[in-house]
Amino acid sequence: MLVRKLKELIIEKIIFLCGVLSIIFVGLIFLFLLKEGLALFKFISPGGFLFGKSWYPISEPAQLGVLPLILGSLIVTLGAAVISIPIGVGCAVYIAEVAPAKTKEVLKTGIELLAAIPSVVLGFIGMVTLVPWVKNIFHLPTGLTALSGSIMLAFMAMPTIVSIAEDALYSVPKSYKEGALALGATRWQSIYRVMLPAASSGILAAVMLGLGRVIGETMAVMMITGNAAVIPQSILVPVRTLTATIAAEMGEAVVGSEHYFALFAVGIVLFVISFAINVTADLFLHKKR
Amino acid sequence: MVTKFDIENLNIWFKEVRALKDVSLKIQANEILSVIGPSNSGKTTFIRMLNRMNELQYNFRMNGKVELDGFDVRKIDLEPLRKRVGMVFALPLPLPLSIFDNVVYGARMHGINNKNKLKEIVERSLKQAYIWDEVKDRLGVSAYKLSGGQQQRLCIARTLAVGPEVILYDEPCSGLDPISTAKVEETMLKLKEKYTIVLVTNNVKQAARVGDRTAFFLNGELVELDKTDQIFTAPRDKRTDGYIRGKFG
Repeated sequence: MLVRKLKELIIEKIIFLCGVLSIIFVGLIFLFLLKEGLALFKFISPGGFLFGKSWYPISEPAQLGVLPLILGSLIVTLGAAVISIPIGVGCAVYIAEVAPAKTKEVLKTGIELLAAIPSVVLGFIGMVTLVPWVKNIFHLPTGLTALSGSIMLAFMAMPTIVSIAEDALYSVPKSYKEGALALGATRWQSIYRVMLPAASSGILAAVMLGLGRVIGETMAVMMITGNAAVIPQSILVPVRTLTATIAAEMGEAVVGSEHYFALFAVGIVLFVISFAINVTADLFLHKKR
Repeated sequence: MVTKFDIENLNIWFKEVRALKDVSLKIQANEILSVIGPSNSGKTTFIRMLNRMNELQYNFRMNGKVELDGFDVRKIDLEPLRKRVGMVFALPLPLPLSIFDNVVYGARMHGINNKNKLKEIVERSLKQAYIWDEVKDRLGVSAYKLSGGQQQRLCIARTLAVGPEVILYDEPCSGLDPISTAKVEETMLKLKEKYTIVLVTNNVKQAARVGDRTAFFLNGELVELDKTDQIFTAPRDKRTDGYIRGKFG
C-alpha cells in the first residue's frame, strides 16, 4: 500500500514539475532580459533610449536611440498588414464559404506548405526575385527596402491569418447562414452581413497573431530590408527592424558594454510589443467563447 | 381554390440515398398544410425543396416537377424565390442585433432604406406575428433579451418583413414551452388569411390543431394526404393510423 502511495506521489510531483517548467522558463528569460536590459540605463536615460533618433552603437561616444528601429519594425509590419489582411481574410472566406470540396483541400494544403517554408529560404528567394523587381519598378538605387520586407512578411503572416480566420468562419453555426439565405440573401450578402460579423472576433485574433509573427520575424527581414538604421521617410527606403538589429549585432557586441546592454533593451521593447499583440489576440479569441 | 405549389413525381437523392420517392401533391393558397412523419421520412427535405434550400448540400440530385404559381422553381432566381417563400426554422435564430434591426434585416438586404418605410414594416410585421404589444416599447434592446417563444415570433416577424407569399415552418415549436407554442400556433391560424403555410412538425397534435390538410410521409413516400379531420379520425392507410396513434415513430 505504502509503495503504491509513494509511487503516486512521485508521479504527481514529476507531472507538476513538467507543468510549471514552461512558466519558470518564461519567467527566468524575462528576468534575465530585464536584468541585462535595464543595466543600460546606467549609461543613458530611458527617454534618450526610446526617443533617440540615431543608432550608432560603435561610434564614440555611442548613440543608442532606438526610435529608427521601432519605426523600421512598425513600417514593415504595417506594410505587411496592408497586404496580408485583405488577401488572407479573402482567402479564408473563399476556403470556408465558397470553394468546392476539392479546391478547398488543395488550398488548405497549399497554405500549410506556405507555413512550412523556412524563413531563411523565403528571404533568399525574396532577395533574388523580389528585390530586383522592386528596384526596377520604382526606379530605386536599391531594392532592399521596407516594401520588399513587407511583401515577404505578408507571405509569412498569411498562413496564420488564413487558417485561424477559416476556423473562425467554420465555427459560425450553419444555421446563421441558412437563416440569411432563407430571407433571400445572396451568397455575398450572407457572407458580408452574417458570417463575417459573427466570426469577427476570431478574424481579429487571426490578424493579430499574423502580425505577431511578422513583428518577431528576423531572418527574412534581415536579408531583404537593407538594414539601414535611419528613420524611414517612406516605405521605399532601406530600414532596420528591432529583430534584425539584435541578430546582426549581438555577435560583435562586447559583453558588458553599453552596446551589449542596449541590445537587451531592444529585446525588452520587442518583447513588450509582441506580448501586447498576443494579449490583444487572446482577448479577441476568448471574447465570444 | 388556387393552387400555389404543384408538385409532381418529385424524386430527391442525396448521394445515392433516395430521400423522396415519387411525391405528388398540390398546396392550395391560404391553407395550412401540415406535414407529419417520423424522422428520416423526408418531410424536411420536402419543404426545403420549396425554397430550394436543399441545394446547399453536396450531392443533391432531383427530378420531377415543382411549380410555384405555374412556374418551375428551378427557373426562378434563388433570391426572389426565397423572398416569396419564407422559412421559419426549428430554433429561433435572432441575430445579435436590436429587435428593430432583426426585423428589418431582410428588408434592408433587399434594398429598402427609407426610415419611415422601415418603421412601418417593423410595426406591421411585429403585429402580424402577434408580438408587437410585448416589444413595442423596447424595440432598441437586444433580441437576445427576449424569451425563446418571443424570439421565435420575432423570427416569424423577420420572415414576414420581407413580404413573402408562402411561409414554411420547419418544426417551429420543437424548442418551445406549451404556452409559447400556443401563441405561435395562434399566429399561424391568423396568418393563413394572407399567406400560404406549410408546417412540418414532429408534434402530431399540433398538426391536428392547426392544419387544414395533413400529409403523412414515411421513408420518403407520401403515404396519405387528406383533410386533417379525415386523417385523424379515419385514415385510409394502416401506417398513418399506426403513426398518429403513436405505435411507431
